[in-house]
Amino acid sequence: MDWTFLAISAVKIIGLVFLTIMPMVAYSVWAERRVSAAIQDRVGPNRVGIAGLLQPIADGLKFILKEDFTPSHVRKTYYWMAPALTMVPSLLTCAVLPFGSKLFGEKMVIADLDVGPLFVFAIASLSVYGIVLAGWASNSKYPFFGGVRSTSQMISYEISLGLSIVPLLMIFGTLNLGEIVQYQAVEGWTLLPIWGEEPLWKKAIIAVPMFISFVIFMTSIFAETNRLPFDLPECETELVAGYHTEYSSMKFALFFLGEYAAMIIGSGLAVTLFFGGWSLPFGWLAPESIDAEIPWWHGFIHMGAFFGKVIAIILFFIWIRWSLPRFRYDQLMRLGWVFFFEIAVINVILTAVLLIWLKPGI
Amino acid sequence: MAIVVKRPKLKWWEQLYLPAIFKGLGITLRHFIATVRGKKKVTMQYPEEKWNDHLPEHYRGAPALVTDEQDRERCVACQLCEFICPPRAITIKPEEIPSDDQWAKVEKRPKAFEIDMIRCIYCGLCEEVCPEQAIFLRKDYSITGTSRAEMVHDKERLYEIGGKRVGLVNKWNELK
Repeated sequence: MDWTFLAISAVKIIGLVFLTIMPMVAYSVWAERRVSAAIQDRVGPNRVGIAGLLQPIADGLKFILKEDFTPSHVRKTYYWMAPALTMVPSLLTCAVLPFGSKLFGEKMVIADLDVGPLFVFAIASLSVYGIVLAGWASNSKYPFFGGVRSTSQMISYEISLGLSIVPLLMIFGTLNLGEIVQYQAVEGWTLLPIWGEEPLWKKAIIAVPMFISFVIFMTSIFAETNRLPFDLPECETELVAGYHTEYSSMKFALFFLGEYAAMIIGSGLAVTLFFGGWSLPFGWLAPESIDAEIPWWHGFIHMGAFFGKVIAIILFFIWIRWSLPRFRYDQLMRLGWVFFFEIAVINVILTAVLLIWLKPGI
Repeated sequence: MAIVVKRPKLKWWEQLYLPAIFKGLGITLRHFIATVRGKKKVTMQYPEEKWNDHLPEHYRGAPALVTDEQDRERCVACQLCEFICPPRAITIKPEEIPSDDQWAKVEKRPKAFEIDMIRCIYCGLCEEVCPEQAIFLRKDYSITGTSRAEMVHDKERLYEIGGKRVGLVNKWNELK
């Protein structure tokens, strides 16, 4: 057993999941409330601490101290399992996200897998079980509808989500997220390829299918994380609160936090695939290769760049949520199956043709 | 007969929905920036900022009793307000003014005058009906208490809120 490896991994897990992602989850709830308030000409929570910054702690305390009520008509085992099944996959997926280049000679990723995006999709699709179980175990009609809706929605959008990143993987030629970021640091971000050695016109042409991929990917991430405009499973106008209607206290909070954690991981994946992960624009401070030694302060700057980008995408998520109305269910299905699926398939073929034309070598 | 609503035929770029989405994002972004820069007056930060300076003259707050310029209590315990009060919040116990009092000619005064502020609906009928102009609705609006008993305003409290009012009816003055 390699104890140093285990110790370093443990430090990374605690540092990333418990000291970074969890506070980010708490504060994205705060940001959600403040930004939505500003968009709607309100103030939002501003009482607890300076500008309401301690509000998440107050919310957490409230959730812990509330009565944990289990209705008598639920199926207890599954009812208790469901919140954990929503929260755990959301946090598991962050294992493969490269949240920095290198710090003190260590790669800033918990598990340097060669199947990064596949791992993320495999685990992320598990979180649907939490919602389905919650809907079924609650033994009441609205949660049931929420669970059913969630199942069909997730299945529909997972296909276009997976297909939308195939063109990217064809260009990168690797499934290792760390190498994908390294490629973008040198050759230009997927959506901003204006530096690197390749001639600009070639990259501009390649950027077109990349942009289509980006639109499909982002929309599917919205659908996967059950965010508005795709929050049909918990659509409060029709389904009371959807799958978590029968939940209270910390169990409800777990659903809530799981949703936000999924949103953060989704943003992290979008940043890694489309906005160059931890790399700075124009190839500044880009390491020679993924294994090259870099000064420690470069490592910190790269981490800062990654989390800065993630926060920007989260703000985009929030901004979208408070701008667009909810889709009707048939529109949602139509959009997923009739448009995004086809466009994603065509996009794969288009990218293949463009690659044969522009980069015959690979 | 059913009316057929004509749906406008959308152009191809309108069917993409993307322009409409960007337009919507633009609107929300404008609101966001305006609010963050403090260009939009939002709500009053209540406990720190209060309504006090912004209340209109006709505001109907807590009812209170007033005295006249000679510190005589205006109320003559006629009990009209007690009878008119729709939620029956007012309870008056009248008593006779002893003959050696300076204001013996007024004959009656309230021994106890209680307004149950849990019941009061701030309708202002007591003020309207009072022939002596002794009861007024003041601008106090945050009437709070920790028990039911605390929410009942007795005579002392009512005069404390009401204070003195001059230049109204003077029919009990020496001059008259």
